[in-house]
Amino acid sequence: MSVEQQFCQPATDNPVPASRSTSVQIRERRLGSITGFAGTAGELVQIARSGELAERERSFTQVGTCSSFCATLQLSLIQDAVVINHAPAGCAGDFPMFNLYNRYGQGKRKLARQNARLLTTNLNEQDTIFGATHKLVEAIHKAHRAFHPKAIFVTASCTSGIIGEDLESVIEEAEQELGIPIASVNCEGFRSQIWATGWDAAYNSILRKIVRPPLQKQPETINIITFIGEDYFSELLQPIGLKPNLVVPFTGVEQLERLSEASATAHMCSTLGTFLAAGLEREYGVPEIKSPPPYGLDSTDRWLREVATLTGKSAQVEPFIAAERAAIAPQLEIFRQRFAGRKAFVAAGPSHGHSSMEVLQDLGFDLVGSCMFHHDARLDHGDPTGDSLQAATRHIPGLSYGVCNKQAFELVNLLRRLQPDLVIVRHPSLALSVAKLGIPAIFVDDEHIALGYRGLLRYAHKLSNWLVNPALERTLARSSNLPYTQWWLSQPPFAMLGEPR
Amino acid sequence: MSTILQHPRHLCALGGQQSVVAIPRAIPILHAGPGCGFKLHTGLGSYNGFQGGCYSGGAALVGSNVGEKEIVFGGEQRLRDVIDGALKVMDGDLYVVLSGCATDLVGDDTENVVTEYRRQGAPIVYAATGGFRGSNLHGHETIVNAIVDQFLTPQAKIPGLVNVWSTVPYHDPFWAGNLTAIQNLLAGLGLRANLLFGPDSDGIESWRRVPAAELNLVVSSWTGLSTAQLLNERHGTPWLHWPTLPIGAKETSRFARAVADAAHVDSQLTQAFLERQEHRYHYYFERAADFFLEFRWDLPSHYVTVTDAFYGSGISRLLSGELGLLPSCHFITDQPPTEQHDAIQQQFAVLSPELEAPVTFTADGDQITAELRENSNSAPLILGSAWERDIAAELGGCHLSIASPMMDRLVANGSYFGYDGALRLIEDVYSSILGVVQ
Amino acid sequence: MSATVEQPRQFCTLGGQQSVVAIERAIPIVHGGPGCSGKIFGGMSFFNGFQGSGYAGGNAVPGTNSCEKDIVFGGEQRLREVIDGALKVMDGDLFVVLTGCTADLVGDDTATVVSEYRERGVPIVHASTGGFKGYNHLGHELVVKAIIEQLLEPAKAIHPKLVNVWSVIPYQDTFWAGNLSAIREHLEGIGLEANILFGHDSGGLAAWKRIPEAAFNLVLSPWVGLSIADVLRQRFGTPVLHYPVLPIGAVETTRFLRTVAEFAQLPFQPVEDFIVKKEGHFYHFLDRAADFFMEMRWDLPGRFINISDSIYALGISRFLVNELSLHPAQQVVTDEPPEEHREAIRRHFAELKEKVSAEVIFSNDSDTISRQLHKQGYDLPPLIVGSSWDRDLAREIGGFHLSIAMPVMDRLVLDRGYVGYEGGLRLIEDIYGSVLGTY
Repeated sequence: MSVEQQFCQPATDNPVPASRSTSVQIRERRLGSITGFAGTAGELVQIARSGELAERERSFTQVGTCSSFCATLQLSLIQDAVVINHAPAGCAGDFPMFNLYNRYGQGKRKLARQNARLLTTNLNEQDTIFGATHKLVEAIHKAHRAFHPKAIFVTASCTSGIIGEDLESVIEEAEQELGIPIASVNCEGFRSQIWATGWDAAYNSILRKIVRPPLQKQPETINIITFIGEDYFSELLQPIGLKPNLVVPFTGVEQLERLSEASATAHMCSTLGTFLAAGLEREYGVPEIKSPPPYGLDSTDRWLREVATLTGKSAQVEPFIAAERAAIAPQLEIFRQRFAGRKAFVAAGPSHGHSSMEVLQDLGFDLVGSCMFHHDARLDHGDPTGDSLQAATRHIPGLSYGVCNKQAFELVNLLRRLQPDLVIVRHPSLALSVAKLGIPAIFVDDEHIALGYRGLLRYAHKLSNWLVNPALERTLARSSNLPYTQWWLSQPPFAMLGEPR
Repeated sequence: MSTILQHPRHLCALGGQQSVVAIPRAIPILHAGPGCGFKLHTGLGSYNGFQGGCYSGGAALVGSNVGEKEIVFGGEQRLRDVIDGALKVMDGDLYVVLSGCATDLVGDDTENVVTEYRRQGAPIVYAATGGFRGSNLHGHETIVNAIVDQFLTPQAKIPGLVNVWSTVPYHDPFWAGNLTAIQNLLAGLGLRANLLFGPDSDGIESWRRVPAAELNLVVSSWTGLSTAQLLNERHGTPWLHWPTLPIGAKETSRFARAVADAAHVDSQLTQAFLERQEHRYHYYFERAADFFLEFRWDLPSHYVTVTDAFYGSGISRLLSGELGLLPSCHFITDQPPTEQHDAIQQQFAVLSPELEAPVTFTADGDQITAELRENSNSAPLILGSAWERDIAAELGGCHLSIASPMMDRLVANGSYFGYDGALRLIEDVYSSILGVVQ
Repeated sequence: MSATVEQPRQFCTLGGQQSVVAIERAIPIVHGGPGCSGKIFGGMSFFNGFQGSGYAGGNAVPGTNSCEKDIVFGGEQRLREVIDGALKVMDGDLFVVLTGCTADLVGDDTATVVSEYRERGVPIVHASTGGFKGYNHLGHELVVKAIIEQLLEPAKAIHPKLVNVWSVIPYQDTFWAGNLSAIREHLEGIGLEANILFGHDSGGLAAWKRIPEAAFNLVLSPWVGLSIADVLRQRFGTPVLHYPVLPIGAVETTRFLRTVAEFAQLPFQPVEDFIVKKEGHFYHFLDRAADFFMEMRWDLPGRFINISDSIYALGISRFLVNELSLHPAQQVVTDEPPEEHREAIRRHFAELKEKVSAEVIFSNDSDTISRQLHKQGYDLPPLIVGSSWDRDLAREIGGFHLSIAMPVMDRLVLDRGYVGYEGGLRLIEDIYGSVLGTY
């Protein structure tokens, strides 16, 4: 089946509500987010709650990631839309990655495999002097002619932002001419050190231009805001009569128009979906599940109960929880014994990193530390029940905890001292740094695998396979040449982290 | 070789004809029915890495094409006619007469006919390779031993000269590249490889030099052992048997040290050479590590080998010993002599207890498929012949052809031997997977 | 370089960062936004043959991660902080500061900041590589020129056998490591010492410092590297040999080696001996594969189409025509060569072999390329040698496909290369392996 046939549904006549701001507030301001902290989990929870969380800057940094990457990751996988990056060609460096994810995911979902629809306006020196809105016009028309998309997203860049390109005027005119929604996405890289702001920018565009008031409510449907993992949510929801609507990757525009029809919105990672879920609740009354995502026994119980309460399924949920817990208990115990005493460390983004921490504890690992890539002092809904860090570390508030926007030099220094038996890594290109220390590094690809009750066993099985034979890490460590000076490796790991501002 | 075989991976003893084709300027002469030579060329050459006929193979194969007349009345005169013609028409340095099923069954005294020519000074030998006698691997050994027995004479030893007896030409699609790699490795150790097959061999000169070597290096599962024993009896040459493909840094260095030891090479020089090789290897290995680590989630964690013990145990040591993959099960398909079975089991058991996997001796595709279906490790990476493509797809796994018959790859001088060979295998395995998932 | 591009095959000038990563123990420092370096790494290195981080690439790259404050108030102080830190934390022999769009647009005086360090004896240079300036091949040249102009001194003596090699672009050419290794091996085979400057065992900063000592500069590509050789001629008087075709397979490699040997005035016999040995090996295997070529003719590719940069499009065209007797359909060159080089490139394609010529179009936009190729008719399935973007196109026009041009998303590449005698055999295996794999 072609992509068009998959997603070609009749357009609705429902107008989109009054436009909201084209620009999303960066997380540093909106959620009090930071990229520098060193202390314990408990301390961070307290300071964040108190409203006094302050940034600590590093004098020396290694490269981060930007909002443009995050925004495009979500938008490029909408099957019947096109993304135009108004930028020089380098910002399209992530296009091949998105394409691989696209084709890979299409294969898994039995969709026809075809290239992702990605264009760059390829800004050059002339453009920076004279402006390039004419190129954006050309690109929009080209995209329309070639792909007949249901929507077009125009992602901004450092360059387009600095030279002051007026994206909105171009877009307004083009929309009138072509009759499809065209949304700007204000994800200029320099705007935020918290690359998650890119997701907010992408979701803001979807809320502004795509989502429509509900035509017909779907009481059995729960929106799940996620990445590209396989559908394990059905395992949790179908038994209680509910159906997950995984968004935004591998959806079509029409599916996104109807986000307002679900009975609730939940998260695979509340850091990812906070803006979208809060927006759906605020504008369309779709309640947001505020409990942390369903990873680990306790969080899964709590999540399911909140889902059930909101959807009137409380009667079904209790027997289901009891049955699932009983079903996995024997295998779980075997794994707990196998992993008992093994030390684990998590280097990931919040809140999914926190979810990983819960899972590892349930499997019997001893967490010896954690480093997350940023910290949001609060989520958009502002409710403390959503504090995934608190949930994950309620038994271990004294856990050594750091916040760093990657910064491999700090991580390497820290891990050399801690020497865990396992590091869960959740950002490209970090696993190698860990592996070169001879420490087993698991890069988490399909984030859904560990969720729920049975997910614990699936995840444990995978970990077991990788821990039983860490030959790869041993081979790498034998010839390891990490690019750090002896001087750095003898410093305390957070020596480059300044005082709170 | 007694059961019915589905999807055979070996042919008959006459398949040794390809070993003669592999000797530069050697001419095989088949005393057999009209179809044998072509079938064997197709199965061992063409549709096995698309290895062509080269000098004296394929359509150039000389054969007596025996018919009903020869079966009823005997074919020795026919054979004489063909040999006479071959000596005049075919420009070769060595002529090897091979008997087929038909002529062996009806009792032609091919040996006698050939001996007559040899006594007159023709460089000609005979090997009894009637197909029913065994597989093409046995045929290869028979032919090699026949040349040793009938053609070689004692020679003064040449210091540093090492005869290389490795995988069976043509049958192993990577045989030629492997020999070049072995030659280069030995050269790095200060030794001189005497190659008997392939473009880097000196043909008949290399064979004449065989008794002059100080060491026979048998780098294969079991073929070549009988040759090494024969050469030891006849010419006093010691041998080193290395039954596991040296692939990757760990194993190749281990192999090189053993060879250096056996050949009494200076250990400091050896060490320096090996360090350079390892250093280069690790540069590339590390490059791929980002990929291994980040795609780990979705790549197969388990693998299956369906090949001979040489490749199976070698690949196992690379994948498990350096990449951290887990063996699911191994199928040994080359029907090694029963007395070798225990030693072969040991080759696979050498990694840690957690990495033990069942080893099954079978050449039957039906049995292999059935056992794989029962196996609990889902979606494995299967390294075997092209016959295994379907079962790999059925199990949702991945596949790479590394063993005969290899109908889905063109092989020139590709090789999985040594340091570079490991890099090649890693590229091929993962490119194959990447090509499929997109 | 003006049009919108669908499915990019080049990235921006900051791509020069990867050339730094390719120099042993060199440390790139990126003065730009937080996402630039990672995107370049993704597009040029990881999702391009899965080439990995390298020594100081990937997440290890020091960077200023410029934010709004740096845009508004300038980022020079931040840059100093990061350079200071890099000199303490990163174990390197050469530091190369590259600027991104942000620093260049707001006018940070990166050159002055960096020269302060250099004056104190730090081996550090600066390249102004704001992304909007051009494609990554420009970035490569800018980085190389920066090192030459800011760090190299005239030679005390010229080494008569030393030759600097300016050929494939590290990381952009997915097979650069194997290719440069092969070039070195071949030049050594005829008696020269090749300074390949990038890759494993290439010597790092010490090798770069020897550049002025070379007897000549070899520019082994249609046009990238010519301006580098020019700079070296002006600065150090080093002569240049330009050989525009990447040598793949025996015919071209032999021609290449003889050309170099003549230019370098090497003794005749050792060169010929080397060539004879290598050709013998190559043709043995080509001969072996001939049965296959002859007998599978009906189903094998009829014509071939390259969709890649000038160096591969031309090199592979010559190889396929001269060694495998394939015929060219229209060729597509995607690296947007400057106008002044296009005539020469067209001429090379017109003279692939006596009586064999190919038309070439210059485009890096998949939409344009696709329309153009759909317009042609194909009596036999064509072979498309391009990037991974072109898999769908190949399927649409019923052809075969092999990925060799950036981005190569569907292959893992280690030390595989296509240059030289051995490289030709590898290419044959890969092309026909890819064809056979479709059955």
